[in-house]
Amino acid sequence: MTSDSYTTSEMMTVAAARKLRDGAVCFVGIGLPSTAANLARLGHAPRVRLIYESGTIGAKPSVLPLSIGDGELATSADTVVSTPEVFRYYLQGGRVDVGFLGAAQIDRFANINTTVIGAYRKPKTRLPGAGGAPEIAALAGEVLIIMQQSARSFVERLDFVTSVGFLDGGDARARAGLPGKGPVAVVTDLCILEPDPATRELKVASIHPGVQRPMIERATGWPIRYASQVSTTDPPSARELGTLRELLRRTAAAHGSGAVSQNSTA
Amino acid sequence: MARIVSLREAIAENVHDGDTLALEGFTHLIPFAAGHEVIRQRRRKLSLVRMTPDLIYDQMIGMGCAARLTFSWGGNPGAGSLYRFRDAIENDWPHPLQIDERSHADIASAYVAGAANLPFSVMRGYAGSDLPKYNDRIRFIQCPFTDERLAATPSIRPDVTVIHAQKADRSGNVLLWGILGVQKEAALAAQRVVVTVEEIVDELCAPPNACVLPEWVVSAVAAVPGGAFPSYALGYYERDNRFYKAWNDISRDRDTFIEWMQRHILQTADFAEFRALLGGVSLSGERS
Repeated sequence: MTSDSYTTSEMMTVAAARKLRDGAVCFVGIGLPSTAANLARLGHAPRVRLIYESGTIGAKPSVLPLSIGDGELATSADTVVSTPEVFRYYLQGGRVDVGFLGAAQIDRFANINTTVIGAYRKPKTRLPGAGGAPEIAALAGEVLIIMQQSARSFVERLDFVTSVGFLDGGDARARAGLPGKGPVAVVTDLCILEPDPATRELKVASIHPGVQRPMIERATGWPIRYASQVSTTDPPSARELGTLRELLRRTAAAHGSGAVSQNSTA
Repeated sequence: MARIVSLREAIAENVHDGDTLALEGFTHLIPFAAGHEVIRQRRRKLSLVRMTPDLIYDQMIGMGCAARLTFSWGGNPGAGSLYRFRDAIENDWPHPLQIDERSHADIASAYVAGAANLPFSVMRGYAGSDLPKYNDRIRFIQCPFTDERLAATPSIRPDVTVIHAQKADRSGNVLLWGILGVQKEAALAAQRVVVTVEEIVDELCAPPNACVLPEWVVSAVAAVPGGAFPSYALGYYERDNRFYKAWNDISRDRDTFIEWMQRHILQTADFAEFRALLGGVSLSGERS
């Protein structure tokens, strides 16, 4: 297996996994965030502590969980606490370093929507809803977001603000009294976006190999800007790809082929 | 004092039309058998409460049991959408469903407040979210000591909470373990508590800090082996992921859904018969 050939989805997962530092306490959503967080745990971050909202703390699943409450999350965890305890004592208690989220829609200030497409009272598409995301986005020390980039998902205006990033930008988040730093990176299948230090607008900080700027611009519903220094994302190493593919292979074998929904959010 | 009864009696005695009913179980220990029995007994106008509606509330909503739903995440976990839940919200089918939409942290807190006999729950939450704009039950208060702005929501105090657990003893003390979700809080917040269990044993043999609901907070216990299927019971059986995936095809279309529910729920006498009927059917989604 070489690192020459990989999918944009693999690039996204690998790039997101790299953002998770070893030893961090990470409150992780199901789907793409869980894939990236477990890839990090099996690679450069063996001491990361993964918390799922089902109350499993220090989960070390050998295959990716299909649901947020799979049995292996419980049996591989350091401890399993109740839902009130995981949200009240651990998240609200300030004991979570990183929240790892996905979303259906995101805006330029990294506010996210997982609630509805269309009007709330007469939605075009009813999405699952908030789950744990509003408090994870507000209270985790910092937030990582992973999602596919398209003009439909990267929108000028969210249909619904489920969970906050930087609100209207600038110091709006701090003024709202939100304790966490908010999103530090949004990792997509095209690039890595980071908030501008002053305006808090998401700017392209790193472009994945083979991606051209017009592709990013077409996949963004607002006039996207670039950081003053734009780097090229390192392609997945053979080791990263091997670990990811092996994880997905074990997962498919455990849940049945096609079992892992990579797009659901918690 | 818990009465050990059949599931049919437990639901008939404890769940009434118009009740606020919570069926809890966070992916694990979802009380499917009890939900089916509510459908069989044709309960109507229920105010349903559940963090994650899951397939069980998809079934109850689609069969017209619910007038209202309090929830925080309405997907088919790991498998897709809840089509009956969506059809009710998007198209008022089979009738309009009032929704009281919250976050997980909020519902968990609101059960804690309910169990603690408090009128409301207080938490750090919802700042900047649109949810309070559309749900007037989510409000903000000022801390009388620090002036901090905090979210307040009404306690959840169900008329009836139904949970599934691994074991009960013959007095009706209930033991559960694994992912516990909000079951203990939802039970202690309720007026009446119905518990289905995998088995009834002479001795629970629970370690001192185990999650035990004492018999005098439980109204009725019914032994329903496999009663959490297609979710799972740690130590007994695993989640049937194939069923969760097959549910997408069963539930997407109204007629297919109704036909399936008629045949599998309304025309079966109990959960054992439902399981026996499913036994011969491939759930791999490859039937067509």
